[in-house]
Amino acid sequence: METINFVYNLIPDQFIAIIVICTIPLIFLIVYALLAILGELKISAWIQERLGPMRTGPWGILQPIAEVVKLIQKEDLTPDTANKPLFNLAPFIIFMGAYASFAVIPFSRYFIPSDINIGLFYIFAVGSIAVIGIVMGGWASNNKYSLLGAMRSVAQIISYEIPGAMAILSVAVLASSLNLEKINIAQEGGIWNWFVFGGQGSWDKLWVVPFTLILSLIYLISSLAETNRTPFDIPEGESELVAGYHTEYSGMKFAMFFFAEYANMFVVAAVLTITFFGGWNSPFGNFMQGPGWDVFWFVGKSFFFVIVQIWLRWTLPRLRVDQLMYVGWKVLLPFSFICFLFISLFRMIN
Amino acid sequence: MIEYIKNVWLGFWTVIVGMRITLAHLFEKKVTVQYPDDRYPIPPNARNKLYLDPTLCNGCTSCERICPVNCIKVETLRVVPDDPERPMIADGSKRKLWVPVYDIDFAKCCFCGLCTTVCPTFAIKHTVEFEYSTYSRDELYVRFSDMSPEKIIEKKKMLDEFQAKEKAAKAEAARKAAEEKSKTDAKAETSPVTESKESN
Amino acid sequence: MGEKKRIELDYSKIESDRMRLNVGPQHPSTHGVLRLEVELDGEIVTEVVPHIGYLHRCFEKHAEKMTYPQVIPYIDRMDYVTSMNNELPYVMAVEKMLGIKVPEKVEYIRVIMCELNRIASHQIAVATFGLDAGAFTPFLYFFRDREYILAIFEKASGARLLFNYFWIGGLSADVHPTFKEDVLAIVKQVRKTNKEIEDLLIYNKIFIERTANVGILPADVAINYACSGPVLRGSGVKFDLRKNEPYSIYDRFDFDIPVGMGEVGTVGDSWDRNIVRMREMEQSCRIIEQAVAQMPDEGDVQEKLPKRIKPPKGDIYMRAENPKGDLGFYIVSNGTDKPERVKARGTSFVNLSVLPEISKGYMFADLILILGSIDIVLGEVDR
Repeated sequence: METINFVYNLIPDQFIAIIVICTIPLIFLIVYALLAILGELKISAWIQERLGPMRTGPWGILQPIAEVVKLIQKEDLTPDTANKPLFNLAPFIIFMGAYASFAVIPFSRYFIPSDINIGLFYIFAVGSIAVIGIVMGGWASNNKYSLLGAMRSVAQIISYEIPGAMAILSVAVLASSLNLEKINIAQEGGIWNWFVFGGQGSWDKLWVVPFTLILSLIYLISSLAETNRTPFDIPEGESELVAGYHTEYSGMKFAMFFFAEYANMFVVAAVLTITFFGGWNSPFGNFMQGPGWDVFWFVGKSFFFVIVQIWLRWTLPRLRVDQLMYVGWKVLLPFSFICFLFISLFRMIN
Repeated sequence: MIEYIKNVWLGFWTVIVGMRITLAHLFEKKVTVQYPDDRYPIPPNARNKLYLDPTLCNGCTSCERICPVNCIKVETLRVVPDDPERPMIADGSKRKLWVPVYDIDFAKCCFCGLCTTVCPTFAIKHTVEFEYSTYSRDELYVRFSDMSPEKIIEKKKMLDEFQAKEKAAKAEAARKAAEEKSKTDAKAETSPVTESKESN
Repeated sequence: MGEKKRIELDYSKIESDRMRLNVGPQHPSTHGVLRLEVELDGEIVTEVVPHIGYLHRCFEKHAEKMTYPQVIPYIDRMDYVTSMNNELPYVMAVEKMLGIKVPEKVEYIRVIMCELNRIASHQIAVATFGLDAGAFTPFLYFFRDREYILAIFEKASGARLLFNYFWIGGLSADVHPTFKEDVLAIVKQVRKTNKEIEDLLIYNKIFIERTANVGILPADVAINYACSGPVLRGSGVKFDLRKNEPYSIYDRFDFDIPVGMGEVGTVGDSWDRNIVRMREMEQSCRIIEQAVAQMPDEGDVQEKLPKRIKPPKGDIYMRAENPKGDLGFYIVSNGTDKPERVKARGTSFVNLSVLPEISKGYMFADLILILGSIDIVLGEVDR
């Protein structure tokens, strides 16, 4: 009896609720990843005047499922000279970093998995875990290309966190909070009240609008670098490094890297939505506002930014390592400091 | 400083220009087709899989000789003059050679089209068929001859018989000539020129 | 050489371990089966050794066993993206040995085909160069246009890539009746796409940053290494066999020789080599338009020749401006119907030799771009 009691003590009343809350983002993430892969395939095809996948299902909409099935079927190779524990661990750590961010992302005012006060800070903190996974994978592969890719990736992600953080910090200044729910509530009441247009306020906020616009752009650019997307995809730059840090991975482990990349894309798009583009708020004030619409607006806006990332990828060439550093340290950082300065000034005056 | 601002602006502006172009292409008409269902037209003179019309082939082996990669193999049998079939080539002329073996190894063929141009009877032609992948290389070795094995044996036999007959006739002729010669030898001394001729 | 390099390190002061990296033969951007042995200091290239021979097919030895017309299919397979241009110098050489003059119409069709193939080749060069820089979309826009050009080739010759179209004394077949309209439509389409690619790729700031001041090839080094074609002209040397040593009927057309001018960087950098190709496409369009206007409609396309082509004893060297440089054939005839020796001066092979010279001191990512800007085809390097 005692042992059973012990188990019951371990399981609190909300146990089921916790499981549900944990799994809902995962289910969402899987559905989203399939949609995003389809989007990537189709948008790239249409941009290049191709039809894209057409065979699996009507207009090829089942293609992502076919790809996942293919990846599961593939042989899972581990190089002989690889450091096996680290090699096997790396994909999971990368995915964990991406998935942990979902703990604080508010899909709706009624569905916030964890309403902690330092939500923004938390996202940035767990987002950096991915670096460890990349270095682990790159080093453990025992491949020169992987190592070069991992080294580049570390330098890149660490440098681009600073301008990104400056952009987010100015939102924290405007909202006076790091809590994602409070940031969302602060942007209520139509498109003009979003932080990309300076947040709540009358016409005297007009002079701060350019700075918030630039900051949202800076966050978009640095988020591209953090997710290793073109034009900042040098860690995996396929023309030089074959596939960068995941050269040696195949099958399901490669799928984890792939999955994590798409999950990361959604996380940064969601953060951009929450911080600058009103989160769950409708652009039309109280019109189309409510718990159901919350999810619609939030997911819709995030998807839009995911599509922008895909669109950019199929338009631009990639930068070189030193140029990437130049853009990060000498362009984005000074601009974000200037903008941050003016936004703080604006906040002081009001 | 002005240079720096200009570069940053240029970087931003050219990205916008590029995105505008790709966005325009997003809605343009697509150029690819769903291949096995609908396909681009192939011009009739396209050089794809070779085809031999065995009724037209007169067995001249020009194609075998011109082929740069030696992918054509031709073997011929002489037609016996008193063949009961009285064979004709499809263009109306009289057949002089049977073609029991005409093989093309498509694994080797380089589709240069030289064989089609040297063919005097236009028997070998390029078709527009290009989908003939197989699971083994043996299937790419195509035999074009229309002669059945029995027919080949029959014709061979006929030719052998004919050749034997011919040989016998020749031997007879040679013997007669030798007899003649010995007669002439007995009559008179021969010149060295004729002697050397006969030794050949 | 190399006064203005992007990265300058004083190696005497910095001591670090060098890494030897094997790039290829199965690497996405070695443009075939080239193997580069690269020595890296961090990301900086200190030594490059190209290893070739993975695609060696004994073309020159084969040619000794072949009759003169049989050699042409092998020549097609040397530089397989510019087959028409490959055939031209060989065919001209044999014709010159035989002392025959081809009909007027044949000359015009040859020029039009060569220029179309030049456009197709430069399209691949620019497209794969963009691909090396990470831009995927321009690659497919170019390939879409290239398909249209190949469709014309297919209609005329029957093949899409390895034509065997130029024969000794003429052409294998006459062009189709709608040839002129098709060609003019292509010219229009090429111009439209080139305009778009200039906005999308060539003048993109990221692309300029990647390629300008990278892989600078000074004019004297280019000449010392016997570079030719866009690699030489990118360094500012105005040399084009079509103008300097007019062959065929190139002296009848009015066109310019584009040279690298260092608009966004230094003269002779990768961007210059690339822009020379873009501008040569426009010049080829001009030549095609003039040739189509002047081309006679009627006429035979094959001179009467004996069944066995037997050039008289002797030797000949004939060269022509290939899209990648000047391609020459040295043919020794012994009076039979088979050549004693056919020696080809491969353009890609000669241009590739300059790679170790110009890629030292740049970053690894630049090495790939420099290789892309030289525009080699391994089929011709190894032959």
